[in-house]
Amino acid sequence: MTGNFIEYSNYEQMPLHFKPAHEIRRMLDSKEISPAELRAHIAGRIKKYERLNAFLSVIPDAITSEIGFVSASKTDNAGRAAASVPVSAADNRYWSDIPVALKDNIATKGIKTTAGSKILENHTPIYDAAVVKKLKKSGAVIIGKTNMDEFAMGSSTENSAFGATLNPWDTTCVPGGSSGGSAVAVAGGMAYMALGSDTGGSIRQPAALCGVCGMKPTYGRVSRCGLIAFASSLDQIGPFTRDALDMASALDAICGHDPADSTSSDIKFEPLFDQIKNSADFSKLKIGIVDDYFGEGVDSGVTLQVQAAVDQFKKMGAEIISIKLPHTQYAIPVYYLIATAEASSNLARFDGVKYGFRAPEFKNLKEMYMKTRDAGFGAEVKRRIILGTYALSSGYYDAYYKTAQKARTKIKEDFQAAFAKVDLILSPVTPATAFKFGEKTADPLAMYMSDIFTISANLASIPALSIPCGLSDGMPVGLQLSANYFQEKLLLAAAYQYQKHTVHHMRFAAGCSL
Amino acid sequence: MNYEAVIGLEVHVQLSTDTKIFCSCSARYSGNEPNSNVCEICSGQPGVLPVLNKEVLKRAVKTGLALNCTIAKRTKFDRKNYFYPDLPKGYQVSQFDMPICENGSIIVNDSRAEVKKDKKIGITRIHMEEDAGKNTHDTAGIHSFVDYNRAGVPLLEIVSEPDMHSAVEAKEYLEKLKVILKYINVSDCNMEDGSLRCDANVSIRPAGQLKLGTKVEIKNMNSFRGVQKAIEFEIERQTKLSEAGSKIIQETRLYDEAKGITLTMRKKEEAFDYRYFPEPDLPPYDITIEEVNAIKATLPELADAKFERYTRDMLLGDYDAALIANNPPIAAFFDECVKTCNNYKALTNWLLGDIAKKMNELSTADIFTTKIRPQHLVQILNLIDNQTISGKIAKTIIDEVFSTGDCVDAIIERLGLIQISDNSLILTVINEVITENPKSINDFLEGKQAAAGFLVGQIMKKTKGKANPKIVNEMLYAELAKLKKA
Repeated sequence: MTGNFIEYSNYEQMPLHFKPAHEIRRMLDSKEISPAELRAHIAGRIKKYERLNAFLSVIPDAITSEIGFVSASKTDNAGRAAASVPVSAADNRYWSDIPVALKDNIATKGIKTTAGSKILENHTPIYDAAVVKKLKKSGAVIIGKTNMDEFAMGSSTENSAFGATLNPWDTTCVPGGSSGGSAVAVAGGMAYMALGSDTGGSIRQPAALCGVCGMKPTYGRVSRCGLIAFASSLDQIGPFTRDALDMASALDAICGHDPADSTSSDIKFEPLFDQIKNSADFSKLKIGIVDDYFGEGVDSGVTLQVQAAVDQFKKMGAEIISIKLPHTQYAIPVYYLIATAEASSNLARFDGVKYGFRAPEFKNLKEMYMKTRDAGFGAEVKRRIILGTYALSSGYYDAYYKTAQKARTKIKEDFQAAFAKVDLILSPVTPATAFKFGEKTADPLAMYMSDIFTISANLASIPALSIPCGLSDGMPVGLQLSANYFQEKLLLAAAYQYQKHTVHHMRFAAGCSL
Repeated sequence: MNYEAVIGLEVHVQLSTDTKIFCSCSARYSGNEPNSNVCEICSGQPGVLPVLNKEVLKRAVKTGLALNCTIAKRTKFDRKNYFYPDLPKGYQVSQFDMPICENGSIIVNDSRAEVKKDKKIGITRIHMEEDAGKNTHDTAGIHSFVDYNRAGVPLLEIVSEPDMHSAVEAKEYLEKLKVILKYINVSDCNMEDGSLRCDANVSIRPAGQLKLGTKVEIKNMNSFRGVQKAIEFEIERQTKLSEAGSKIIQETRLYDEAKGITLTMRKKEEAFDYRYFPEPDLPPYDITIEEVNAIKATLPELADAKFERYTRDMLLGDYDAALIANNPPIAAFFDECVKTCNNYKALTNWLLGDIAKKMNELSTADIFTTKIRPQHLVQILNLIDNQTISGKIAKTIIDEVFSTGDCVDAIIERLGLIQISDNSLILTVINEVITENPKSINDFLEGKQAAAGFLVGQIMKKTKGKANPKIVNEMLYAELAKLKKA
């Protein structure tokens, strides 16, 4: 399938909704557009592409201003941005007036937050997640909450209790998951940036499948406070953006130590935007490649595009080095023991007692629990709760959970050994491009395999980025770059240089270009 | 057959910190409207994260040091998973395999020794955890309610070794534990209001056998006496079963205070699998030797050391020394007094006699809630010593101090209680009494010494007890001697 995309050669050509946030920032600062016009345009886009089901709730202007989601523009009666000096990302007002979206597992005070589950169908948090506070501070306009696999469990967004999200490149295909709604919001020109959460690839995989940039920062870089937990030791919030520069400004808005999250790192976060923008061409960068990741089981179209990216990096002066990550072959079983064990505990609070759904009829406490959780959770969530409960059971703990933790340590050590030799590791994001709806729902293991390249970064707690690197049969292919702890700058600098030399990030699905 | 009981106690104490263990809500929850002392964290809202209140860690270390424990170099939290409405997250954040303190001990009296003897009861471990909320049910039995005000209040669980062999010993262990915890000021330690809770593991075995019998856990004991009664009942129940040849089954039993019996709550097969695993939201904590030493420096002198000092340096009797040392406020009061008064015996007598009696009347256990202060007692003792007042007047002054808190001088002046040591005044009274009691004078002159006592009484009566008894005695005998000669 060809001709399903539009490629732009510069920002001027792009319609307003496809322009990157840094271009929108410039336009707002130079008053080429007003915040009200921008919001109206994006609101129109969301309405127009409602059928993609990217959003679970849309926050209309009236509500946003009432509860303080719109900030900078309020000072200006004419609806023009008050700022007359250009805003840089080092300023925490960089996102002023720019519409962004949030995955629906990020708590928003006074705004429904469902985590894609029936059990939280009518749940309205009483507090804001740390990232929401930060985005509000940076002036961002939060336009809606995006669809997701229930409790972030899934790789296709088909596990949402509120219907699947469609891939704008081909609406018969999944957008990936679990942050499918956020990926589609950015890919479809309905938000300039969206936050997702990545536990085993839930940002990078949908980013790859929808042709946008997605990043999982180092574990501890972004506060998890207010992120409805799936697997606490793996979950990390991260952005979806159009390009590497926007990724830098998005990280600038959300990264940093948070005393309210005990797992948040206190290693100082240096704002990235200016550093990335001014980063020089790199030579002597060492990029590691695991040969096995290009072999059997990986779609040839994907291999072709990723190999082309390797060649591009070589052309730009990077040295390509073959590395081994021997224990990553255990990543999937290790992940599905640790993640499900933590999930079985994290999801215990959804018991019908305090908030959310409660079964209407029951004879006693035990029946209330059982009926509530039976009707409130979907099949995949139940499957993982059962799996995790089993892994933690007395008599099985050592064989499963403890062994998995040991293997996790081995995987971490693999990466540390690799990063002693290379600066970055390059791989495909997924073994194949977006699959069809229903294609893998009957086979959970096949679904789990779509995360094979992304899971290790969560297990190793390292940062990893997915950027578009071409198309295979008209569907986007993602390139994954990962780096050592807290090397977000290195990742983004490489991605920025790559994007300077390529056009993949300038391509959009034709189906929603207008 | 003779049976030996083996008892271990699991004690939960609420720490009296300002705030809860993982959020900034107040840890003082009682008396509040249900669910008014909660936030998104302690009510377990989706997405919330715990942040450890460092004061809890400090108090746990302090407790461990006071109980002679080894303090962990690294400690971590774990999740204990079970469903119950009072547990907001569906798991309790507790500690499983890396508790903050291990291998401690407490000294109590050996209940089996022929003569009084010290006995060391081992403390297996101390760990930190969060308290749950409280479920209540309406009288009709239709609705249940949950109050999360208590959820997240910090707890220490103190687990003893199965080193106790009688209900009395268990009670003594508990009492001693409470005294120590009161000294270090980490908890209110009140069983009645739930700030100290105790579960007991009880088993019996034929005397002399090393292998432990099947243990039964007893819950729901709400007083020190209840603990003793419940264990007594349980030992008797198990002994009867064994004597009848029946098997004791491993189970958890509830103590029914009104009936004084224990009843099955759940059998072993119904026990929960708590699926403990490391709490991923809280990284492990490393505790440095410097931190431990800093906390050690804040430890006050504890009961055993005080007892030693009172008996060895101040020569108090064991009984009196123990009474003072095991009552932290009384000991503090006593220690303040001895800074300026070395009449330890008199201090002890007054403190454990008249003052204890006054406190009983006021039904208070803490002397510092009354109006008497160490300066009062020291001054009263000094006045007795230098014969400014008599013991009888001292009692009057103490009564007055308890009701007004005024200083001793003011009380003496107001009530005119100063002792009469003026010889001429006393002589006048002596002569009056001699004139008024010719029969007693005759008796005395005939050799009845007891008559002199009567005369002293009459003199004290006339002076309303204010005459200096020593002077009265001396002068009376001198006057009587004159009469003898005449």
